[in-house]
Amino acid sequence: MFDFISFIPRAIMQGIPLLLGSTGETLTEKSGNLNLGIPGIMYVGAICGVIGSFYYEQSAGAAMVPLLAVCIPLLCSLLGSLMMGLLYCFLTVTLRANQNVTGLAMTTFGVGFGNFFGGSLIKLSGSDVPAIVLSNTSIAFRKVLPFASSLGWFGKLFFSYGFLAYTAVAVALVASYVLRRTRVGLNLRAVGESPTTADAAGVNVARYKYTATCLGSMIAGLGGLYYIMDYTSGIWSSDAFGDRGWLAIALVIFTVWRPNVGVLASFLFGGLYILHMYIPSGMNLAIKEIYKMLPYVVTIIVLVISSMRNKRENQPPASLGLPYFREER
Amino acid sequence: MNNKTHNPLFHVSKRSALPWYVAWAIRGGAVVAALLMCALVTTLLTGENPLQVYVTIFQGSFGSARRIWLLFQNIAMLLCVALAITPAFRMRCWNLGGDGQMLMGGLATTACMILLGGKLPNAVLIPLMILTSIVAGAIWAAIPAFFKAKWNTNETLFTLMMNYIATQLVAFFIIVWEVPKGAGQIGIINQSSQAGWLPTIGSYKYLLNIIVVALICVVMYLYLNYTKHGYEISVVGESERTARYVGIHVEKVIVRTMLLSGAICGITGMLLVGGTEHTLTTTITAGRGFTAVMVSWLAKFNPIWMVLTSFLLVFLERGSGQIATDFGLSSSYSDILTGIILFFIIGSEFFINYKINFRHSAEKEGK
Repeated sequence: MFDFISFIPRAIMQGIPLLLGSTGETLTEKSGNLNLGIPGIMYVGAICGVIGSFYYEQSAGAAMVPLLAVCIPLLCSLLGSLMMGLLYCFLTVTLRANQNVTGLAMTTFGVGFGNFFGGSLIKLSGSDVPAIVLSNTSIAFRKVLPFASSLGWFGKLFFSYGFLAYTAVAVALVASYVLRRTRVGLNLRAVGESPTTADAAGVNVARYKYTATCLGSMIAGLGGLYYIMDYTSGIWSSDAFGDRGWLAIALVIFTVWRPNVGVLASFLFGGLYILHMYIPSGMNLAIKEIYKMLPYVVTIIVLVISSMRNKRENQPPASLGLPYFREER
Repeated sequence: MNNKTHNPLFHVSKRSALPWYVAWAIRGGAVVAALLMCALVTTLLTGENPLQVYVTIFQGSFGSARRIWLLFQNIAMLLCVALAITPAFRMRCWNLGGDGQMLMGGLATTACMILLGGKLPNAVLIPLMILTSIVAGAIWAAIPAFFKAKWNTNETLFTLMMNYIATQLVAFFIIVWEVPKGAGQIGIINQSSQAGWLPTIGSYKYLLNIIVVALICVVMYLYLNYTKHGYEISVVGESERTARYVGIHVEKVIVRTMLLSGAICGITGMLLVGGTEHTLTTTITAGRGFTAVMVSWLAKFNPIWMVLTSFLLVFLERGSGQIATDFGLSSSYSDILTGIILFFIIGSEFFINYKINFRHSAEKEGK
């Protein structure tokens, strides 16, 4: 019997970093910036949080205040990913550089940054395993509602997650509302579809691009933080975050640029990502590797189908990936 | 002043074409600035004297004969992938699937070596390896190209996803062929018989790869600049509508160019597996598919300049690797330095394409 009660919470926890990443990237893409630096930004968000909490754990010792233990990594993480977002915007919006190249460079830099400082902290902590363990901070992050365990399977399915998981869902729903129902969202979409038109209508294109991309980066960075603090229980090891950043970008297409769809889609992706651990395959380890393809294959299928159906509301923002220069026609 | 119109401090305007030497001087300046920044960062992290940092970087690349060979081998491999994706890029078709196409080429080569090694003489086996790797790489590129041509499916994300599928496929076959069972790796293939190993020229293990890549480089330069195909690629890249108007079959050009792109990636995979590594791992490409994007873009898609840009990136990577070893830093340090250099060069393109007019000069022109 397939163990749904243990599978679904794991799938959701696996999906939360993807959800945060894809919500951030959706905001960014709606402003016309294709930020391929998201994988790097998620690493930076994660390592900045780790650095913050590492020094807090070191200095506070046993006298840790849970509120500070949460706030310090959170702020560090937001600040780190904000810096990356600003850098991306400066290069692509102000200096009008090629977005694909800038994004790939940011990913190289971000992943290197994460692994480098992660490696240095491992040396500093002097532990004999190649990992940083921040269990005290992680406990603060994973605090669940007190009555969760008394509700049986219902509690396990709905209340067994740390606060960042609920934040992620809330952020996705708010982003969806803002994009579709508010004036700001309308302007933002206009900037992504046709910056010339938006500019003529009096929308400050550069400001919208900056705001959306930086906010998007910060949200994505939280995804990295969630992964370390909650999913892996506060253990950082090199390259542990893996290719989830790319999956988050894939998820944006999968959800046809709708963060609210992303809530369920990310859980589905999370499930696909860990499915190979739950399918009984006996001693045949090779077949597991084939199962790991699933999220990518599904993404490709969605990509192809959405381009075949060619429905106008399911298309990428029209000016996605193009720099905007007012004097150019 | 009664003139109340807002006069900004400066405004940006597009430059007309800059002489090539000015453009390259600006890029060179950016590299120098970036190197200064790298030294600064390294000094802050290690406390080493900045001059010593440069010496270490240099030694990491040129310190011994072996290091020089490795430097050239890495340049050759990176350049080969960059050459492969360049025709697609010229067409504004962002093939980010270099890694996947290389892996498929490598996988095809490995399959030939393992399944046919010892059964066929090398004279038959090696051409077969070349052929299958080309076909495998080309197929991997043709799938996204077909959908791009037919339904305009986004090729950036499609090729990206194909990378991971290729990685998993390789992971699958590694477990199928692992030696010994349960090791999770293939190990050196045909170590005793050396079946399917590409011949070495003299005692230089890497020389063959370097020569092959140099040849591909020259041919690619001629192909892009002096053939009808190359011209069609440029037209499609500049404006798809113009291309259609002058009667170029755009879909055909897209598929043909991507096939070529994938085929050369496949050859790169074959060179890596058959020529130097003699084994297959999921990380054998070392992310070159992505680095190649930057190599190609930095050189403005010009195969000859790409020799220089791939040298720059590999030189830095090996040099900063040396810094990392010498000072006991994490080996990811080279990624940080590479990132810094790239940011500087990417930023410098702005000053080549645009010029900044300050307010006072604008006023003078007004009078």
